[in-house]
Amino acid sequence: MAIEYLGLKQIDGPLMVLEGAKDLSYEEMVEVTLSNGEKRRGRVVKMDENAAVIQVFEGTSGMSLTNTRTAPQGKPMEIGVSREILGRTLNGIGRPIDGLGDVYPEKMVDVNGLPINPVARQYPKNYIQTGISAIDGMMTLIRGQKLPIFSGDGMPHDALAAQIVRQAKIADEENSDFAIVFGAMGVKHDVADFFKRSFQESGVSERVVMFLNLANDPVVERFITPRCALSVAEYLAFEHNMNILVILTDMTAYAEALREISSSNGEIPSRKGFPGYLYSDLASLFERAGIVDGSTGSVTQIPILSMPNDDITHPIPDLTGYITEGQIVLDRELNLTSIYPPIGVLPSLSRLMKDGIGKGYTREDHPDLANQLFASYAKVSEVKALASVIGEDELSELDQLYMEFGREFESKFINQAKNESRSIEKTLEIGWNVLGILPKEELDRVDNDILERYYKPRRGEQ
Amino acid sequence: MAEKIHGKICAISGPVIEVVGSDRMQMQDMVMVGKEQLVGEVIALRNERTVVQVYESTTGLKTGEEVVSSGTPMSVVLGPGLIGNIFDGIERPLRVIKDKTGNFIGRGTQVEILDSKRKWDTHILVQAGSLVSGGDIVAEIQETPFIVNKVMVPPGISGTVEHAVSDGSYQNSDVLSVIRDEHGKTHDITMCQSWPIRTGRPYHKRLTIDRPLITGQRIIDSVLPIAKGGAAAIPGGFGTGKTMTQHQLAKWCDADLIVYIGCGERGNEMTQVLDDFSKLIDPRTKRPLMDRTILIANTSNMPVAAREASIYTGISIAEYYRDMGYHVAIMADSTSRWAEALREISGRLEEMPAEEGFPAYLSSRLSAFYERAGYVENLNGSEGSVTIIGAVSPQGSDFSEPVTQNTKRFVRCFWALDKSLAYARHYPAINWLQSYSDYLDDLAPWYSKNVSRGFIRARAKLMNILQVESKLNDIVKLIGSDVLPDEQKLTLDVAKVIRQGFLQQNAFHENDTYVPMRKQYQMMDVILHLADRTREAVSKGVVCSALRATGIFEKVIRMKYDIGNEETDAFDRLKEEIDTICSDLTAKIS
Repeated sequence: MAIEYLGLKQIDGPLMVLEGAKDLSYEEMVEVTLSNGEKRRGRVVKMDENAAVIQVFEGTSGMSLTNTRTAPQGKPMEIGVSREILGRTLNGIGRPIDGLGDVYPEKMVDVNGLPINPVARQYPKNYIQTGISAIDGMMTLIRGQKLPIFSGDGMPHDALAAQIVRQAKIADEENSDFAIVFGAMGVKHDVADFFKRSFQESGVSERVVMFLNLANDPVVERFITPRCALSVAEYLAFEHNMNILVILTDMTAYAEALREISSSNGEIPSRKGFPGYLYSDLASLFERAGIVDGSTGSVTQIPILSMPNDDITHPIPDLTGYITEGQIVLDRELNLTSIYPPIGVLPSLSRLMKDGIGKGYTREDHPDLANQLFASYAKVSEVKALASVIGEDELSELDQLYMEFGREFESKFINQAKNESRSIEKTLEIGWNVLGILPKEELDRVDNDILERYYKPRRGEQ
Repeated sequence: MAEKIHGKICAISGPVIEVVGSDRMQMQDMVMVGKEQLVGEVIALRNERTVVQVYESTTGLKTGEEVVSSGTPMSVVLGPGLIGNIFDGIERPLRVIKDKTGNFIGRGTQVEILDSKRKWDTHILVQAGSLVSGGDIVAEIQETPFIVNKVMVPPGISGTVEHAVSDGSYQNSDVLSVIRDEHGKTHDITMCQSWPIRTGRPYHKRLTIDRPLITGQRIIDSVLPIAKGGAAAIPGGFGTGKTMTQHQLAKWCDADLIVYIGCGERGNEMTQVLDDFSKLIDPRTKRPLMDRTILIANTSNMPVAAREASIYTGISIAEYYRDMGYHVAIMADSTSRWAEALREISGRLEEMPAEEGFPAYLSSRLSAFYERAGYVENLNGSEGSVTIIGAVSPQGSDFSEPVTQNTKRFVRCFWALDKSLAYARHYPAINWLQSYSDYLDDLAPWYSKNVSRGFIRARAKLMNILQVESKLNDIVKLIGSDVLPDEQKLTLDVAKVIRQGFLQQNAFHENDTYVPMRKQYQMMDVILHLADRTREAVSKGVVCSALRATGIFEKVIRMKYDIGNEETDAFDRLKEEIDTICSDLTAKIS
């Protein structure tokens, strides 16, 4: 057994200060043993020649300056990965909690991962059909993309994520190489249960790894949970050539945990008390999506975050939007009018969409159609604003058509049942049908040939 | 070679470490940290301790490990072989790193910056006895089919050439010539020189800025032009198309060389630049765009300290090619990440924060960076320029935040990206009312001479219509457009033509992704012709709806797609068509 150090210099919140430890290294893991035999894990977060500041994952309650023994592990936080981890449920720091015993590791990997060399990346181009019109048509999800859902309290982001998992066509191709890694940070028990149930119902639970850090689990663990999840995802994708869909929920709870840890470390806060490195830290998670050379696997991320007070300029959604390749924004107003999924189309975006749709991918008319729908729907919101001042009856004929278009776009295109899976052709067909309300000269984003072929005006030739 | 200085690590906090026993280390010295030989830089000296920022992850470092200073400041190696390559923030070639450590970037990877095995055909320009000084060209090497790399005497060295080799094939470490200075000291000149990244390379004098950087983007060239040697900022919230705009500029602008710095941005974007630029053909040289591009990639998950350095690495490389007489454009995407890296390091140093946690020296660092742009006469008499185009990612899309505000003070060209334009998929989403270009007056003579005498006036007219439109829109928002008099309705229609037919540009359309100046002017001309003729018709009693029914507005909007870049007479036909339509309608009235 390696060296153990008896006693501590100081305990403050989740941090403990160990004096006189020789040979500790930065970010090394330690095992802390309490006098009652309980073992906890910690990580070196700061050190100078005399002392090391160690963060205890399970919290410091019950610890005193004299009753602990600290054993350095000689390595940073690692997780044992193996193919057999599929179907298992683990806690926030990767220990099994499903009562099925330990996971026998094929390999130990550092949970922090290493940055992917941009030269080794493959630019993601294959689209994933989710069967949800708003997503497939307007913000197409691409294999290897990171596309978060920006939501708010009380909105159906969980149902939407579950529907994506259920319907994603990534699953149908070759069932064997598809898996889901689910990381829950600070979510409620019933949310975790909801996901567990929906995985079971859709018959994929054998291909799901769940990392659960629930709302009442230690905050410090929350820092490790997504890293464990992504390490497993990377291992399965890049060494076993599997297509992995990673769902991380709720990133807001993660960022808040980071803030809590940062402030207990006495760091200088920047916006809203979040640490200055929130961007870098979130990036170190989100950038672990992609496709690399020499492997046919992929890591696709759908992080879910709730926007505090529905404010998209809050630091968490704001910084996330700068890192991820687009965002799916849920809209409270649509949700109130019982439209499901309540996807606010205008602020939503998929950056990788342009290279993964169109001829050879989805259908030739898809890019123009999507552009036109965006442009026309943007016009609808202008018209709505006007209507709220002068009343809808006073609108010009064209503006009235726009109002009608807006209503149908929301109720026919965006709106669909929770178990309805639309093919891409169906989605595009609905799109053209709704556009048929508008006269031809309003469709300035569509190429003439495509207009000839697909546009069918509702009111004869205008 | 400077003497090596040793010290020992005594404290670690993130990327910042403290070193004792090294009081002779100097500010900005480059150091090697620990067993793994991580690269770092001295950033402060306090209380007998040296503070070092480490350009790689510090996980696993221990107190007591050795730190060695080379005694030289953090530098880049400049020489042939930079073009077409992709480097990390401290100029390590990523392709070589991949060969060494695989798909993921390992730590402490020691790699050669430029391939020393490669032989270059060298044409020697000096002979024994010639007098040379800093910046003078000693030899020429064909680096790419269109770029001749000029081997220059490093700044600060002058004297008599004592010896020069003859033309032939050499490696980058071979001595091409030996110079003896006035003190009798000899200096070996090779293809490579190293340069401290935080110091601007010297030039003879700054020249007046008087020619534009032509980008093929209408809203930039015709409305908000940037000068060669100027500086521009592109601020915009996420999803407004900063990166797309940067990519478009990097693809089509008429600089000789592009240095593209991906500073704290997405990995896939760098991959996309690599993929696209290797395939896309430069319209001027008919070679892949990669042949004129140098990429610096510090993606958002790569170490934060190297992010701070990446900007300086990029600009030093740009200045090196400027010294050879080239026009270089730098795309820095995004300077906000760089500012945040400053903030993070500053926080670790426990410095007193100023606005929003940014250090008080944010503004001076930004100004020092943007001032490295310029159109200059080099030490060797040639002319060259560095143009800086920096993206800014304002927190919460709020342009009043410190980075945007401080940047605004040091650039003369401000291309503000607008969320509502981006939502309507109007790209480039540059808001024509919020943006400005201060270079317009400087460049006016160039436009009059090279594009058309009427250019500046046409531009002003165009902008005027848009200005009137924005005022009218305030009214329309309240009462709807139906109640406006026909003249004002017409202004709205024409403004729509300007917005959709001229300002909006489709990066994915063959005819529209790059538009030469001549066509840009002709398009303006047609739109103004349309404005004049239709106004005439309306004043004679023609109603707007009748004009709309002819479909002429749509036809003009579509001219960007329908008329190829070289079909110049099609514009005259379009003008004739406008004339016919307007006179027919007027005839019907009377």
